[in-house]
Amino acid sequence: MKKIEVIQNVLEANETIAKRNQQLLDRHRVFAINIMSAPGAGKTSLILQTLTRLKGRLNMAVIEGDVASTVDAEKVQSEAKAVVQINTRNMPESCSLMAAMIESALKDMPLDNIDLLLIENVGNLICPSEFTLGEHKRMVISSLPEGDDKPIKYPLIFIDADAVIINKMDLLPHVDFDIAAFHRSVEGLNPKAEVFQLSCKTSEGIERWCSWVLEQVKTNAIKR
Amino acid sequence: MHELGVTENIVNIALAKAGEAQASKVIQINLVIGEMSGFVPDCIQFYFDPLSKDTIAQGAVLHFELVPAQLRCRNCSTIFHPQDTLWACPKCRGQSVEISKGRELYIESMEVE
Repeated sequence: MKKIEVIQNVLEANETIAKRNQQLLDRHRVFAINIMSAPGAGKTSLILQTLTRLKGRLNMAVIEGDVASTVDAEKVQSEAKAVVQINTRNMPESCSLMAAMIESALKDMPLDNIDLLLIENVGNLICPSEFTLGEHKRMVISSLPEGDDKPIKYPLIFIDADAVIINKMDLLPHVDFDIAAFHRSVEGLNPKAEVFQLSCKTSEGIERWCSWVLEQVKTNAIKR
Repeated sequence: MHELGVTENIVNIALAKAGEAQASKVIQINLVIGEMSGFVPDCIQFYFDPLSKDTIAQGAVLHFELVPAQLRCRNCSTIFHPQDTLWACPKCRGQSVEISKGRELYIESMEVE
């Protein structure tokens, strides 16, 4: 019997494909955002708001990740340049998108005609935090009915986020959500994260979010 | 919950490394797994058995070395193990912390013959 040194990251296979995805996106000047949240926090609603607001200024595409159904893809179909639905039900990971799934979805996208790719991950605050997809920015949405303790309960997804969104601000009078406590938790875990308060229902705060997205796309295009 | 793909990677890496070493059997795979990583050793073991069936890694022992979580306070640089869900620094009570250890998941070594 002999011992062999290995020292190999088990997640390397995913990270290698993610890097390849990002190189492909960069070649075609596509800026990608990985949108993560618990089910029902408002990922699709925010994507729809973003598509509607930035239409005419950016060409946008969407990758929808869900365990099953094409419900979300149908919702965003009319507003996006291209939509690809990924169903994870029969894949090795049904609880999160993985880089290989994005790699095959990108094959069906007219990348030369896209500036911004919004990737809606599977609704889950745990698994998506372990897998990078090739995105340029990672973003998490928390909504008021979920409670203000989500960053404490699911720290990893907040630690790696570039942007954190508090959605459903219109429900503030009806729920016990301590906005200041939520901000403190996020600030503690991840002082660099940009935090947005908004409501997809009333459109409050959407303008600031869209300006940030536009700015990111532009800055990234200049860098490349 | 999401260990299937990860375990596939473990089997693939083990078989590739065993192949390079011209081994005929993988006896043990030594994994290092962080306390903060979202992966559960029991689940990896559960998937490992069917995934390694009929390969030279079938029956190999998975040995997990658990790395305790280690946080670093951004205010006073104290290194500590989180005791409560708030992750407050035991020295200055600051809540601005970063994870310095505990997210790893890698194969450290293997025993083969």
